[in-house]
Amino acid sequence: MKRILLIKRLLFLAALVPALRLAVKAYRMDLTANPVDYITDYTGDWTITCLIVSLGITPLRRLTGWNEVVKLRRMIGLFAFFYGTLHLLTWVVLDKFFDFAWMYEDVLERPFITIGMATWAILFVLALTSNTYSIRRLGRRWQKLHRLAYVAGICAVIHFWWLVKADITLPRRWAVLLAFFFSVRVWWTLRKRWAVSRKETLLQS
Amino acid sequence: MLIKKPSDFRSSEITPKDVWLRRREFIQASAAALVGAGAAGFLSDASAQGGGLAKLPNVKKSPLSVSDAPTSYEYITSYNNFYEFESGAGDGPKRKSGNFKPRPWKIAIEGEVAKPASYDLDEFIKPYQLEERIYRFRCVETWSAIIPWVGIPLKSVIDKVQPTSRAKFLKFTTMMDPKQFPMQRTNLLEWPYVEGLRIDEASHPLALLVVGLYGEILPNQNGAPIRLIVPWKYGFKGAKSIAKIEFVEKQPVNTWQIMARQEYGFYANVNPMVDHPRWSQRADRPLGGFRTKPTLMFNGYQDQVASLYNGLDLRKNF
Repeated sequence: MKRILLIKRLLFLAALVPALRLAVKAYRMDLTANPVDYITDYTGDWTITCLIVSLGITPLRRLTGWNEVVKLRRMIGLFAFFYGTLHLLTWVVLDKFFDFAWMYEDVLERPFITIGMATWAILFVLALTSNTYSIRRLGRRWQKLHRLAYVAGICAVIHFWWLVKADITLPRRWAVLLAFFFSVRVWWTLRKRWAVSRKETLLQS
Repeated sequence: MLIKKPSDFRSSEITPKDVWLRRREFIQASAAALVGAGAAGFLSDASAQGGGLAKLPNVKKSPLSVSDAPTSYEYITSYNNFYEFESGAGDGPKRKSGNFKPRPWKIAIEGEVAKPASYDLDEFIKPYQLEERIYRFRCVETWSAIIPWVGIPLKSVIDKVQPTSRAKFLKFTTMMDPKQFPMQRTNLLEWPYVEGLRIDEASHPLALLVVGLYGEILPNQNGAPIRLIVPWKYGFKGAKSIAKIEFVEKQPVNTWQIMARQEYGFYANVNPMVDHPRWSQRADRPLGGFRTKPTLMFNGYQDQVASLYNGLDLRKNF
């Protein structure tokens, strides 16, 4: 078996561990004195982790030249959608208990919830179009669409930032990482452009 | 078919005749013990719980207690906001306060009073009758609890220290000790933690200086050795590990107001009609549970405290 496939399978199992751990904790009633907040934070943390790791794949590939790593990206992105959906369901079922009027009001009036919903909506669209059929069907537009993953990452960090009371350590850490990945990409794009324009200048002279 | 011969049984396996004859008694006794244990589990009341800390003597019950069943000791002591130990609610304060030394403790009464002085905590408390007050507790973050505090009415302290006519507010200051409070070494909040009350609020019979929980001395994570509890206000008004109470003329600026004045005001009265800018305050979730319940005006103490705020715009003075 190819090494990358083995890594992919191991990573798949590893990414399921947080969900299994949460299920075991729930079974053992070990969810702290405030289970709803605990589950919300737990699933939220894993959503943002998967999302930002998935955004780190391309920079990692560029910086190390390890091209195969891109084969892990879709799966990690889908795990971000998986944990994001658990996070949303925690809110709908456990927190608001299907009180749709209340949820509607929250989405409209509370910016951190609005942006959280937007993040999930983006992840939903990206998950729907993550299959090979969509890639073929959408062609060049697929790549443009999937650049929304960066928007989702930024929205997720803002969502986190806006909900903390005083301690911004964690959201700031994600913001720095995201900014780093983004600047690596921007740097590469600019370099490519400069290289092209220099070639053109050289050809003209 | 295999038939065991008598010699296959060891004599030790044979039930003694007297026990055999009492077999019904034995079964009945076992059943009773089981039922008893079960019932004890269901009926365990406040007095049966605790954390094995020193018991407080001569605690009087109070008619100001609510009749709701108290939240378990375990929940009350493992879910705390105590930013001196860790940011955010959870079991961090419990895990990190193990080495905290709540005794010996000095408490200073300063400012506009007849005789400003510093007291040893136990000497300070001694003249007063301790009372158990089972109060509703509502955190600004929307979780809630029913807590059997033990304390002394703040009013009796105020009467004793004789405030001057210039004393309009009380300012409570938490102990400043970065060696014991790790987060005081960071700039997470502006230290030391400060809270304040109008003197008429502080003189309300419900305002309590708390020194105990479930009949025992206060655990470190809940604000040992002495803290403030104002049950109709959000929990953050209850300054913990108090080192100083000052009687002042001007309204103190409390810590959370310094941190985010658009979100946390001076009054911080529990009010389901006035949302936190980022979340709704209409409901709260009791610790240990999943479902929310509607939050009551002044946390259910409306009849007792509403008159303190006649003519005050509670939307502006949140």
